[in-house]
Amino acid sequence: MNTENAIESTNLTKRFGDLTAVDHVNLAIPRKRIFGFLGPNGSGKSTTIRMLCGLLTPTEGSVSVLNYRVPEQAEILKQKIGYMTQRFSLYEDLTVFENLNFMARIYCMPSTQRRTRIEAAMGTYRLSALAKQFAGTLSGGQRQRLSLAAATLHRPELLLLDEPTSAVDPQTRRDFWDNLFQLVDSGTTILVSTHYMDEAERCHNLAILDRGRIVANGEPETLMQEINSDVVEVESTSPRQVAHTLKDATNIISVTQLGTRQRVLVNKQQGDAKNYVQQILNSAQVESHCRDTHPSLEDVFVTVTNKPAIAGGV
Amino acid sequence: MSRCLTRLFAILDKEILQLRRDRLTFGMIVGIPIMQILLFGYAINTDVRHLSAAVADQAGTQLSRQLVADMQISQVIDKVQQVTTGAELKVLLDRGEINVGILIPPDFERRLQQNNRPAAQLMIDGSDPVILATAQTLTKMTFNVRSAAKSIKQTELFEVRNYYNPERRSSVFVVPGLIGVILTMTMVLFTAVAVVRERERGNLELLINTPVTTTELMIGKIIPYIVIGLIQVTLIMLLGIFLFHVPVNGQVMAIYLVALIFIAANLSLGLVISTIAKNQFQAMQLTFFFFLPSILLSGFMFPFEGMPRAAQYIAEVLPLTHFVRLIRGIMLRGAEISQMSNDIYALLLFMLVTISFAILRFKKRLD
Repeated sequence: MNTENAIESTNLTKRFGDLTAVDHVNLAIPRKRIFGFLGPNGSGKSTTIRMLCGLLTPTEGSVSVLNYRVPEQAEILKQKIGYMTQRFSLYEDLTVFENLNFMARIYCMPSTQRRTRIEAAMGTYRLSALAKQFAGTLSGGQRQRLSLAAATLHRPELLLLDEPTSAVDPQTRRDFWDNLFQLVDSGTTILVSTHYMDEAERCHNLAILDRGRIVANGEPETLMQEINSDVVEVESTSPRQVAHTLKDATNIISVTQLGTRQRVLVNKQQGDAKNYVQQILNSAQVESHCRDTHPSLEDVFVTVTNKPAIAGGV
Repeated sequence: MSRCLTRLFAILDKEILQLRRDRLTFGMIVGIPIMQILLFGYAINTDVRHLSAAVADQAGTQLSRQLVADMQISQVIDKVQQVTTGAELKVLLDRGEINVGILIPPDFERRLQQNNRPAAQLMIDGSDPVILATAQTLTKMTFNVRSAAKSIKQTELFEVRNYYNPERRSSVFVVPGLIGVILTMTMVLFTAVAVVRERERGNLELLINTPVTTTELMIGKIIPYIVIGLIQVTLIMLLGIFLFHVPVNGQVMAIYLVALIFIAANLSLGLVISTIAKNQFQAMQLTFFFFLPSILLSGFMFPFEGMPRAAQYIAEVLPLTHFVRLIRGIMLRGAEISQMSNDIYALLLFMLVTISFAILRFKKRLD
């Protein structure tokens, strides 16, 4: 296997009874990068992450994480990875310091190293003032910083974050991402799952998951450039009527209202999307003004997940 | 090995910290033994007295009145009513107003002279076997016919000598077994809930992603509760000795050794339950599913000897059965552990099987 990659998987599949939660996923995640899993709830993000760290046994396929076979060598791997669950999973009836101290001892750090690392982590993640506070009384953002501090105390080579920001406000999310980039600078590989577009956009590489399958994979910028649809913005005094008229027209992937505007995704096969949309609206006698615009990551997401049959046969 | 111990101590310290902060659990550790020993020690009494009785004295002679008076002096019955016929006694029995009806026929004195016919009749509420057994002791009563010329002196076949509990006090019998009952309830429940709670709160998902091994996790969970169990044993023994004057005829060390093995057996069972139960409610239900047969079949409440063979086999599987035998043997009969090694082996076997099962079942996986 390629040692340049932190994670490689081939045909990774997990079935729960009749449900295929993860369907033949192939991954090659490079080291020292932030790799994002973007997908709606139930798209298989958590299941994939759990298989990568050996918590779930794959039904099919093989995984190699940091050159260890998973799940066979998962126990050795555990010393080298950090994991942050979706839910706050440290002890609410222990203080911030006690939680960190517990985790440090679980990773068998010698007591001097333990003290310096905890001190440093509390500094980095602004926890020093909260050292004696019970984890159960922390705010969402504080809990998240504590979780990240705990997951990185033993300096893991790979950090797996399962929707780490689903319960915090935008400012906290920004701070959190600053911390992630600091970790990448010091050599950590990060795999993060999210359903926020702005977060996905900040990843070095991105895989979009839908119903257990990877439907798009690449750098966010490239994904936006290579999107298989054109984006047209329609300004109108009666935006609901615009949506109603366009909804069932051929080659229209989706219509999304943004205030008084409608954002329309048109299949690239159509060509000259702006005029196409304008014609439909004119012939329906809907007062409107169309213009081309740049695709966003959300457009990519909608294109690849909403109507997979139209979106270029993925 | 040293790395192993670091992790074990990390879990141990964490458990102790959490226990110290969990006021309710801490209160239960001390509160449950005290409440139960007071409740059972005072309430359970198999030496039944003061059964309510009605008398239908159809003879109405001096001798018949003396019989009733003698019965009352024995404290077995309290006369509450006087009626005239047997039918009325039956009505009172049916209504549950009396436990015993005493029917003295008109020819009572003539019957007394004749050896082949009973002189009077006891009508007993047999729906409670303990009452029945107590009332039957009345039939053994010797009636001293002082006025009559002829008294029939009946010689008994056996003389009974009551070893170990000459005063027939129930508390002497109940308290040692109670140690086992309380330990079964608290130890199984505490460990089961302690692990299941971590799963419910998501702590376990984090823990199984660390290098912690299953054995470290289990042992780290068990040890604090062993200490708690021993504290409970001490508490019950002290209360038993000072409040109920329960004798300690055997060695104190032997009692603690037996208690230690029994606690470990119950804790490992708690761990097994924790690997099966999905939430705290299920853990509690499973504990009680195990607790009830333990109390009923172990010999704590009903004599082991009276149970059908099949029930005895089931009882032999329950750790409480062996513990009740051991603790009564040591505390009341002053037996040595070596005299009861079979029960010790049974407890050790139970513990080994359950802890292995728990470690095998507890996977560091979610599926």
